[in-house]
Amino acid sequence: MSRKLQAAYILVILAALAAPIVVVAGVSLNAEQALLFPPPEMSLRWYGALFSSPDWLVPLRNSLVIAAVSALLAVLVALPLALHVWSRGGLLSRALYTLGVAPFMLPPVISALGFLVFWVTIGMYGQMAATIVSHGVFLVTLPVVTLSLGLGAMDPALVEAARTMGATRGQVMRTVILPLLLPYIVSGYAFAFVLSLNEYIIAYMVAGFTVETLPIKIFNSLRYGYTPIMAVVAVLFVALAVAVFGLIGRFGNLPRLLGAERVEER
Amino acid sequence: MSARADRPTPGWLAAIPAAWLAVFFLVPFAIMLGVSFAHRVPGGFYEPGFELDSYARFLSPFFGRILLTSVALSAGAAAICVALAFPFTVILARMGGRAQTLVLVALLAVLSLSEVIIGFSLSTLLSKTAGVGNFFAWLGLIEESRAYTPSLFALMTGLCYLALPYAVLVLYPPVSRLDPELGEAARIMGATPLRAFWTVTVPMLRAPLFGAAILVFVFTLGVYLLPQVLGQPAHWTLSVHITDQAIFQSNLPFAAAMAVLLLLVSLAMVGITLLLGRAR
Repeated sequence: MSRKLQAAYILVILAALAAPIVVVAGVSLNAEQALLFPPPEMSLRWYGALFSSPDWLVPLRNSLVIAAVSALLAVLVALPLALHVWSRGGLLSRALYTLGVAPFMLPPVISALGFLVFWVTIGMYGQMAATIVSHGVFLVTLPVVTLSLGLGAMDPALVEAARTMGATRGQVMRTVILPLLLPYIVSGYAFAFVLSLNEYIIAYMVAGFTVETLPIKIFNSLRYGYTPIMAVVAVLFVALAVAVFGLIGRFGNLPRLLGAERVEER
Repeated sequence: MSARADRPTPGWLAAIPAAWLAVFFLVPFAIMLGVSFAHRVPGGFYEPGFELDSYARFLSPFFGRILLTSVALSAGAAAICVALAFPFTVILARMGGRAQTLVLVALLAVLSLSEVIIGFSLSTLLSKTAGVGNFFAWLGLIEESRAYTPSLFALMTGLCYLALPYAVLVLYPPVSRLDPELGEAARIMGATPLRAFWTVTVPMLRAPLFGAAILVFVFTLGVYLLPQVLGQPAHWTLSVHITDQAIFQSNLPFAAAMAVLLLLVSLAMVGITLLLGRAR
C-alpha cells in the first residue's frame, strides 16, 4: 500500500468514528426541543439547561461523586496489588494479578449481576455506596495495568542504590518508588474516572432506580422523551475523554502506556 | 538482613487487595452461582435450595435461539472489527510518535464512551431527521430522507463502533513489537508490499489476531444497550435477557443461571486465548 493510501485508510476510519459525534454535537445546538441536523436555528440554551435543571443536575452530581470515589478506591487497591506482584513472584502474585484483570476479561453484565445479588444479600441494594464499591472493584483493572507497566519500566538499580545507602523500606517507598510511579497512578486514576462516568450496566443493576447516573438518565430519556440535553451530555463526555487522554498523551508516553515498545522519541 | 526483608514491599501488603477482591469480587460470583440453583418464589426473590430448574428452562428453543443470536452477532462483529482493525494497527504502528499519540487519544476517547452515548449518537446519525438519510437525499441518491434504525445493519454498525478501538488497542502491542526489518527484507528480496504483508506480517501475527477476535467476541457478548436502541426485539442478546429477567421479571435464579452459562462461554474463550499466548 502506498503512503497516501495508508493515510487515507486511517483518516476514513477516524472519520467514521467521528461522524456520530459530529452529528450529536450539531443536534446539541438546536434552538428548539428537536433533534434536527443540521439545526435550523442555533443556540447554546441546552448547555445552560443541563446545569440548571434539577432533573439533570442530580444525575450529574451522582456520576461525579461515584467516579471520583470509585476511581480512588480502584487505585488504593491496585497500588498494593501491583507492588506485591512486582516485588515477588509466586502463586499468590499470579492469582492476585489474574483477579485484578479478570473484571475486564468478562462481559460486564456478568459482574453486574454478581454485584446485584451480592448487595441484595447484604441489604445494601439501591445505595450509592453499593455503586461506588462495585465500580471500584470493576475498574481496578485499569490502575493495575498502568501501575504494573510503570513498575516494569522502573530501573531496579535505583531501589538498590537507595537500599545500599541505608534507606529503610519505608523511605525507599516514599522517596524512590512512589514519586517514580506518580504519573502511572495519575493515569490509572484518570482511566478509571472516565470509565466510571460512562459505565451503565453495573450502575443500573446495583442501584438504577434510586441512584440515577448520567448514562442511566440518558437511557431513560431515550425511552421517555428525547431532549437535546442528551446530546449536550454526550458532547461533554467526549470532550472530557479527549481532554483527559490528551493530557496523558501530552505529559506521558501514551504508546508506551498502551504496550508499544518501538516508538521513536518525539 | 534476610532475603525476605530485602524485598521493597512487606508481605502483608498483599492482604489488602486479596481481602478486598475476595469479598467484593469472588463472593458475589459465589452468591450468583448459589442463586442460580435456588428456588424461585414468584413475585418475591428466591429461597435457598438446590434445583436445576433454571438451567432446564434455558434448554428451550426460545432461549436456544437467543444464545445463537448473541453468538452470531458477536462472531460477526469480531470478524469485521479484526478485519478493519488489523491494517489500521499495522499502519498506526509505523507512524511517528506524535501522530500515534493523537490517534491513540481519539481511540481511547471513543473506547471510553458509554454504550448509551454510542447508541444514542448512532441512532441520531441513522435517524430520519438528523442523519445520513438527510445527506443522501441532499446528494440526490435517494428521493426522501429515511431512517436506517432500528435494524440489523444499525446494530452491527453499533457493535463495530464499540469494539473497533478495543480491537486496535488489543492488536497494538504485538503489532508494534513486530520487527519492521522483516517486511523490509521481504521487499528487498523483491516482494511487493502487499505480498510482504500477506506472506510475512499476517502469518507472524496469526495468534494475536485470533486472540483479538476472541476478546472482541467476549467484549460484544456483554453488550446490553445497543440491541435495545439500534436493534429489533429479534436481535435481543443474552445480556438483554439476563437484565430483563433480573430487573423486570424479578427472576433472579434464572438470570443467574444465564449469567453462569455466559460466564462459562467467556471463560472457555479467554482460556483459549491464554493457551494461544503461551504456545507462541
